[in-house]
Amino acid sequence: MPRVTFPQVLQRHVECPPVQVAGATLREVLDAAFAIYPTVRSYVLDEAGHLRQHMTIFVDGVVVRDRERLATNVRYDSQIDILQALSGG
Amino acid sequence: MTQQLLISTRKGLFVATRKKRDRWQLSDPEFRGVPVSMALWDARDGAIYAALDHGHFGVKMHRKLGRKFAEQPAPAYPQLPKGKVEKDSNGRPVSRKLRLAWSLECDPRMPGGLWCGTIPGGLFHSADGGASWKLVEGLWNVKARTKWGGGGYDSPGIHSILVDPRDANVVTVGISSGGVWRTRDGGSKWQNVATGMRAAYMPKALAYDPDVQDPHRLAMCAASPDRLWAQHHNGIFRMQRDGATWREVKAKAPSRFGFACAAHPTDPDTAWFVPAQKDECRVPVDGALVVLRTSDGGRSFTQLRGGLPQQHAYDLVYRHGLDVSADGRSLVMASTSGRVWTSDDSGEGWRELAANLPPVYAVRWVEA
Repeated sequence: MPRVTFPQVLQRHVECPPVQVAGATLREVLDAAFAIYPTVRSYVLDEAGHLRQHMTIFVDGVVVRDRERLATNVRYDSQIDILQALSGG
Repeated sequence: MTQQLLISTRKGLFVATRKKRDRWQLSDPEFRGVPVSMALWDARDGAIYAALDHGHFGVKMHRKLGRKFAEQPAPAYPQLPKGKVEKDSNGRPVSRKLRLAWSLECDPRMPGGLWCGTIPGGLFHSADGGASWKLVEGLWNVKARTKWGGGGYDSPGIHSILVDPRDANVVTVGISSGGVWRTRDGGSKWQNVATGMRAAYMPKALAYDPDVQDPHRLAMCAASPDRLWAQHHNGIFRMQRDGATWREVKAKAPSRFGFACAAHPTDPDTAWFVPAQKDECRVPVDGALVVLRTSDGGRSFTQLRGGLPQQHAYDLVYRHGLDVSADGRSLVMASTSGRVWTSDDSGEGWRELAANLPPVYAVRWVEA
């Protein structure tokens, strides 16, 4: 099953160790991951269900550009890394 | 009675507790490192609400009822059907994504009733202590909303929510930049009551358009709720006796620009303001921090400087950075330079409570 990791800096707000969940598209995988960690959803996606502006997702090392539909296909053994840009002071 | 202060900063929420007249105890921050845009103490059940601006992770709401804060849902805008885009009067798409929870007030009509003003341009209501939020569609759907613009932020924002103590169905909100709006029926119908305000930054023909006014902060005299004060982008305005139109009151010095204002709870003629050098500068005029007080309804202003830095001060006091206590004598003021001052004599003299806090977004008295 695809494996999902969450941003390191998110761990201090919500506990979310890596999970393995089923799904054929990124959206399906994320939905399955958020079913395990319901609170995490609003930290990664906004109220429209789009990827938040400063979040980035890599599927097998390739950055996801379909940030609204999140329809990218994933393989049964894909590695999905959710990362977060940091800025400000 | 215990006097406390809620101090919302760029790096967390601090609570200051008064131990003696001159001695305050400052707490360690809640939400260390996280911007807290607003906090509210609810006298009805003792709850404290905090609005967090996580930036990348979005806006989060927390409530403390008892010992610990717990996360609650954040207000969320209803989305348009797929493919539909709403545009503002400049042709730019209107955002329906929560950027900031900017103002929080109690709604006394029901236990746990709350109002939350947001960027972009939303007013939300909770009937259950923040467990759920609903966009106030009556205001969101006013036609003039497409004329609202940003004021400091990219999108319009609701920063002031005044609930009429005589009738809690009467609520007045201030919008940067979208004027002053009032409902008399708890939120269904809204009317712009910014008539009389003047926007110096607009082309002449539009300067008096109520829908483009940028009141930076509104304040209401609790005992005379028809008396409102506004620190507007380009001046100080006072609501007329008719309770619906504004008159500019001119404070000669040091400037007309500023963000904060506070209204005396019982004396309708007394209010405080914190002027700053306009507009692109936003620092105290000549490096000297001044509070302006009127005690005669705006006919004249006294410059209050006692205990405030008069040299090399670059403290800006944001719109929620000034508050007056229920007795009308004690004030608190806090700045972007992380300094907090209190006064117990209507602003004549100020004492520094803290000098090295993170930039302060909001301060409020808690009098339990």
